[in-house]
Amino acid sequence: MSRSDAKPAGPEGAGFGHSEDFVSFTIAGQLFGIPVLKVQDVLASYKITRIPLAPAEIMGQLNLRGRVVTAIDIRRRIGLSPRGNDDKGMSIVVENDHELYSLVVDSVGEVLSLSSTAFETSPPTLDPSFRNYAAGVYRLDHGLLVVLDVASLLSFGGIAVAAA
Amino acid sequence: MDDLLSEFLTETNESLAVLDVELIKLEQNPNDPELLSNIFRLMHTIKGTCGFLGLPRLEAVAHAGENVLGKVRDGELAVSPEIVTLILECLDRIRSILGTLEETEAEPEGDDAALIGRLDAVFKGTAPPTEAPAPEPPEPETAAAEPEMPEDSAEAAPAETAPSEAPPPPAAASAGPAKSQDAPKESAVANQSIRVNVDLLEDLMTMVSELVLTRNQLLQILRAQRESEFAAPLQRLNHVVSELQESVMKTRMQPIGNAWAKLPRIVRDLAHELDKKIDLVMKGAETELDRQVLELIKDPLTHMVRNSADHGLEDPKTRKTAGKPETGTVLLNAFHEGGHIIIEISDDGRGLSTEKIRKKVREKGLVPEAQLASMSDQQIQQQIFKPGFSTAEQVTAVSGRGVGMDVVRTNIERIGGTIELTSTEGQGTKFIIKIPLTLAIVSALIVECGGERFAVPQLSVIELVRASNNSDHIIEQINETPVLRLRNRLLPLVNLRQLLGLEAKSAAAAAEAEASNVVSIEERRIQDDAFIIVSQVGAYAFGIIVDRVFDTEEIVVKPVAPILRDIPLYSGNTILGDGSVVMILDPNGIASATGEISVGEDLAAGAERLTELAQEKVAMLVFRAVDASPKAVPLALIARLEEVDLATVERSGGRTLVQYRGHLMPLVQMLGADPLPENGRKPVLVFTDRDRTMGLVVDEIVDIVEDRMEVELSSERSGFIGSALIAGAATDVIDTSHYLTQAFDDWFGSEATEAFGIEGQGRRILLVDDSPFFRNLLSPLLSVAGYQVAAVEGADAALALLEAGDAFDVIISDIEMPGMDGFQFAQSLRQDQRFSGIPLVALSSHATPADLARGRRVGFRDYVAKFDRDALLAALQDTLAEKRGAA
Repeated sequence: MSRSDAKPAGPEGAGFGHSEDFVSFTIAGQLFGIPVLKVQDVLASYKITRIPLAPAEIMGQLNLRGRVVTAIDIRRRIGLSPRGNDDKGMSIVVENDHELYSLVVDSVGEVLSLSSTAFETSPPTLDPSFRNYAAGVYRLDHGLLVVLDVASLLSFGGIAVAAA
Repeated sequence: MDDLLSEFLTETNESLAVLDVELIKLEQNPNDPELLSNIFRLMHTIKGTCGFLGLPRLEAVAHAGENVLGKVRDGELAVSPEIVTLILECLDRIRSILGTLEETEAEPEGDDAALIGRLDAVFKGTAPPTEAPAPEPPEPETAAAEPEMPEDSAEAAPAETAPSEAPPPPAAASAGPAKSQDAPKESAVANQSIRVNVDLLEDLMTMVSELVLTRNQLLQILRAQRESEFAAPLQRLNHVVSELQESVMKTRMQPIGNAWAKLPRIVRDLAHELDKKIDLVMKGAETELDRQVLELIKDPLTHMVRNSADHGLEDPKTRKTAGKPETGTVLLNAFHEGGHIIIEISDDGRGLSTEKIRKKVREKGLVPEAQLASMSDQQIQQQIFKPGFSTAEQVTAVSGRGVGMDVVRTNIERIGGTIELTSTEGQGTKFIIKIPLTLAIVSALIVECGGERFAVPQLSVIELVRASNNSDHIIEQINETPVLRLRNRLLPLVNLRQLLGLEAKSAAAAAEAEASNVVSIEERRIQDDAFIIVSQVGAYAFGIIVDRVFDTEEIVVKPVAPILRDIPLYSGNTILGDGSVVMILDPNGIASATGEISVGEDLAAGAERLTELAQEKVAMLVFRAVDASPKAVPLALIARLEEVDLATVERSGGRTLVQYRGHLMPLVQMLGADPLPENGRKPVLVFTDRDRTMGLVVDEIVDIVEDRMEVELSSERSGFIGSALIAGAATDVIDTSHYLTQAFDDWFGSEATEAFGIEGQGRRILLVDDSPFFRNLLSPLLSVAGYQVAAVEGADAALALLEAGDAFDVIISDIEMPGMDGFQFAQSLRQDQRFSGIPLVALSSHATPADLARGRRVGFRDYVAKFDRDALLAALQDTLAEKRGAA
């Protein structure tokens, strides 16, 4: 899967003065963003059905208005420590390849309109498991916002399924 | 339109369609006189009707075609591809004229002289058909035949004339043929249907699916509320949605013939390419199944037919040497069975060579040597489903496309189907594919395991068994592997909890389990109280241990997210009525995850199971007596259901009698029942035959269930035929004859106690008897002995069945029957060459020496008194053995 899905945030699409809206959220204190047009829904805690034998980052599945949504624990996916048991987190629902996924994050913030002038590619020194899913970085007044590359985040090709 | 004309159009269009197919067949079997005369007759009818209706142009074309066919029929011309091509061209012309006729109700102007000339040339033998300007495409030719239209405007013609449909100006008429050639097969006359985009249907289905879910949700809410004003409208909604769902499902149904349409052509080409003679027989093409399923099996089916034609059938020379007819047959047969569609693909070719497969398996190292040595032929044959296997020694252009049987099997299993294989070397191979009718909505059993709920497709559930320490069924262990005794067999069990890694129960689930009084369990120990879902994959039956079983629900199968697709245990997911998402368990996946890999490896055991073929639904009366387990008896055997006041029961000479309709009726109880109390009322099943009546006293009449009578196992207990799965529950089927003889020793000729084993082994019996009582009595009796029984009420019906092509190994016939009696029936069978080889056994209450002699004279192999079942079974065995010996 190419990263072109995340193109709006990429340098090519970034002309001067061009700005884009992002849904911001935090995971382990780090601010992230997903282009707002990609987001279908934001959910508070939701009843999730566990799926035995599924890879660890698959939290389970939930029913969103009659559609089955696969819930992904982003912390596990990008190699961070798992959340505490009591913390249910919040979900951002995105569509990828005609499938709905719920990205479970710590908390969802506001929608930010970011100018492309503040965009930079990810620093090469980032941890590889993290860098794979980062489409770039926006310099904000207070800290940095990492653009999450949804397409590569949800490309599970390399994951071995927990064998039976 | 004139009724006569419209009828003519419909009929002729049908005939043309038939002719198309028959001509292709004729090309393959040029010497089939029946085929030829049928073709000739159809063409003749077309010509005749044209003349009658005053359609000179059609008549002329049809006449020329008929002439040629006449010569072919008389043997003066040999069938050649060229002649077939010419006749097909002739049919196309007829079709194109018909097209205009349909639009304008008048024959189009036009000149068929060129075509007729060519046909006549062949007819007169002045020109070989090859000289005909065949390469010229038909369309310009038609256009050219109309002088007023220049050739290059032919394409524009339809557009120009399309709006002028109603009053036919001559120009429209002449443009007709060019237009209708675009879609020659579509006839608007019989047009009661419209074309709908498949996407639209899919959308409709998706929406109906959602509607079903919402309905389920509403019903669930309703159930929680005692009284609600919504109850009535919701019930109505419920019905409407169910009907809507059914109707929408129907729109997606297509005859399986659609998937076969290309096969005759493929097989024809194959036959030419491989220089073989192949006859493709397709049965049950009208069997319908879901479009989606149809699409998915199209390719596997094509591949398998190719395989049969290429690898399965031998070339004519080899066949001749082997004493087979030169023309090999590939048979496709489709039919419905339960919620499944069964597709059989069989050929009468060389069969699978166990030796070659063994060699190949060894070469490719697919199976360890030690294991290979201990494998049965059946198991060896199953190896062709292994990835990386291809039996053809040379990869031909036809089959060696890198697609093996493993791909076929994977594709079929992906849609919840199974494939089985039987093959006899030298005699042929048969594949049996079983697939669900639809993938969209299925009935599923909702179960719980380790605090999680799962859906199991109802179709894969054979029965449910509750196992606990205080019931008949206890889970036992062999080296920590759980097994269950089920009707004298050991059923391997799969612990779902363990399989899914659900050992570590979540705290919440544990608390819930405790609250709901489910015995909390130690790690690794199997519960005392569990449910076992008995499932079957191929011939491998196994049980899945779950914690709880909820009810069944209609579920909409949704595909799982791509990341979960690699987990073989799930076939999809769904949203339940309460809105939660559950995974659908795939019994195929569970079977393979627990070690049983080859479908049908246990075929030897499977063969013992009685096939369900030719078994119609039988209404069964379910009742209770003696203990709590349900018992059943065919309803047709019961004359009446009565309730007897026990105070009126009399005892005389060790028999219990009751006054019933002016006679004394003996009462019989099931074995092990307590003596009848002095007072109270009890239900009685009354059996009558002619002037005799007896009553069987039971405890409770439960239900009348219409179900297939599949007697699973022959019971060793006297008084029982065996047990059958009736309405999803294992039910003991009582042996009525046992009780009849208790009441009247002489109800049957002799005391019949000893149960016969499985000896029929699927041999087909045609039972002819006018008395429904005996038909119902004998059918289960014979099927329990392993025969497949088709029972009919008279000689006429029997002959009709035989005419229809049903083959039987033996025919049992009553002698006294209304209409044609047994002797006449036997005589008419003996006179017919096709049926004279089928052994006949007479069944009669009259068995005088004179009768015996007469019976033998007309061709009965044996003569059995009607009430002697042992004698009957023995006679059948003897007769069949004799037949085998003679063959």
